[in-house]
Amino acid sequence: MTALSSGVTSLASRPNDGTSEPLKQPSRRPHEQASSRNLGDRIFGAVTGVFAAAIIAVAALIFIVLLVDSLQPLSRFGLGFLSGTSWNVVTLQFGLAPALIGTLYVSFLALLIAAPVGLLIAVFLSETAPRQIRTVLGFVIELLAAVPSIVYGLWALLVLVPLLARFEPTISSHFGGFFLFSGASPTGQGILAAVLILSIMILPTIAAISRDVMIAVPNAQREAMLALGATRWETTWKVIVPYARAGIIGGILLALGRAVGETMAVQMVIGSSQSLNFSLLGLGTTIPATLVNQFAEATPGSLFANVLIEAALVLFILSVIINASARLLVWRVNRKFSA
Amino acid sequence: MISTLPPRFRRRKAFDALGRTVAVLAVMLALIPLGAMIFYVLQQGAGSLNLNFFTADALGLGQPGGGYHAMIIGTLLLIGVSSVIGIPIGLLSGIHLAGRGQTRFAQTVRFVTDVVAGTPSIIAGILAFALIVEATGSFSALAGGVALALLMFPTVTRATEAAIAAVPSEIREASLALGASEWKTMLRVILPAAASGVVTAIILGVARVAGETAPLVFTVGYSQFTSTNIFGQIGTMPVQIWDQAQSAYPNDIHQAWAGAFVLFMLILVLNLLARLLTYRLTRRVQNA
Repeated sequence: MTALSSGVTSLASRPNDGTSEPLKQPSRRPHEQASSRNLGDRIFGAVTGVFAAAIIAVAALIFIVLLVDSLQPLSRFGLGFLSGTSWNVVTLQFGLAPALIGTLYVSFLALLIAAPVGLLIAVFLSETAPRQIRTVLGFVIELLAAVPSIVYGLWALLVLVPLLARFEPTISSHFGGFFLFSGASPTGQGILAAVLILSIMILPTIAAISRDVMIAVPNAQREAMLALGATRWETTWKVIVPYARAGIIGGILLALGRAVGETMAVQMVIGSSQSLNFSLLGLGTTIPATLVNQFAEATPGSLFANVLIEAALVLFILSVIINASARLLVWRVNRKFSA
Repeated sequence: MISTLPPRFRRRKAFDALGRTVAVLAVMLALIPLGAMIFYVLQQGAGSLNLNFFTADALGLGQPGGGYHAMIIGTLLLIGVSSVIGIPIGLLSGIHLAGRGQTRFAQTVRFVTDVVAGTPSIIAGILAFALIVEATGSFSALAGGVALALLMFPTVTRATEAAIAAVPSEIREASLALGASEWKTMLRVILPAAASGVVTAIILGVARVAGETAPLVFTVGYSQFTSTNIFGQIGTMPVQIWDQAQSAYPNDIHQAWAGAFVLFMLILVLNLLARLLTYRLTRRVQNA
């Protein structure tokens, strides 16, 4: 379980830690505490404490730096920045709605594909797979979660996009009347390519986390259900999944956080047009893709550059909300496990 | 025999078999694109590798020849810079958290660490741009290293804490009972016992950032020549792959595949190493 990116690692290892917290400080009587707290201990505690506190400072720093640079566009556009739909660098009109809605739209669709498949993989790995397959497949999935997004992006651009270019015109000519399939892009780039590569990228995260929380469900729960005559499948869906649901939802939220912040793979295939579009076959954009595409052209300190930093601030707040909810859910489930 | 069983039971058995099949199908469905990706990276990448790739500096897009020497050195330099900043923060804060249990401060730090770990990597790039590139007036390996350090330390912090927590409490208590102070116990007894776990934490931290692209786009600039100046612009593997992937020339595409292959292998080796060390650690803890 260590092979995943940090968020996943800590999340995955928690349920097991929770049961046996071996390093919990033994409670001491006051006089003992005073004598053991010698100078060395106090210095050591203070030094490591400063570094721990630095983490909180860093988080605050991200927010403050982004906010300070955002003040200029904030005072000029106000909240209209979030709802505006036009993006014109020449006339200095900036509306984030296409990128913001595009980010949420693409991530949500990717989750719609990846969550059910990921959950089924987790069921297979934790409940029905033979032991050898479990180990090997488990490692492959963890490795896939660690593969850099540029590698996914390269594959998507050079293999997936040409493949889509072959099918999209056919889909469009048959189902073009339906809003999801109108107006095919001839290159194969667009929303669909972004959704597909994102769902492929977040699948290992969902599968690995769901598997870990399902494995952590006490065996007594399984045995009780099986002893009552339930089948494996019934046990899984009536006992295991409900028992682990907070952890599973937490894992899905973490995957959503990853999808929302994914930059390179999406930027390479989404086609990058700053206009609102819901058709799977059309071009679109996300906040990270907008940042990569446009930041290089912005003069530092200009309104344009600060607008982009404000877009980054919106992305940061979005990711904090998603990740914080995921953590809180997972902590709730951990408390239940250790209780 | 089966036919004498009530139909309801048979229906449930059939549903069970169906469910298991669907789960296996889901695994296969997922393995198709994921397997295809690995296949392409290995096949296209290995096919495009040659000695020149490792020894030659990069040429401009569209020019035949050239290699990734500057980018490999640049990526190693970046890993070095981010490690120097990120690993001490991660290790020391991890040690602090492991020793503090469930205090309000420790819980807050854990929560913030996890939330920072989920921050989009491009945010780290923007932060390094605003803090360093704007202040110094130039792109630099240092700016990229700071951005990567920000992404690296949460991994190291949490993995270090987990590694220390895996050391049996008897070992710690035995040291304290012999009269050793808390900090000596930590440095001389617990950390050596957790050594392979701590090394794993560092490896995972490096693996987390080695292939990051988004934070580098606005921080490290570009150089086609090998450079080890941390205040200057450098070429890096992920950014070069990104540039070349969008080129129209077959030679660039081949090099991008080769670059992706090398990056993939690096991540594979780091993860295998981490897994091996974890395996050894858990075995030893179980035997202790």
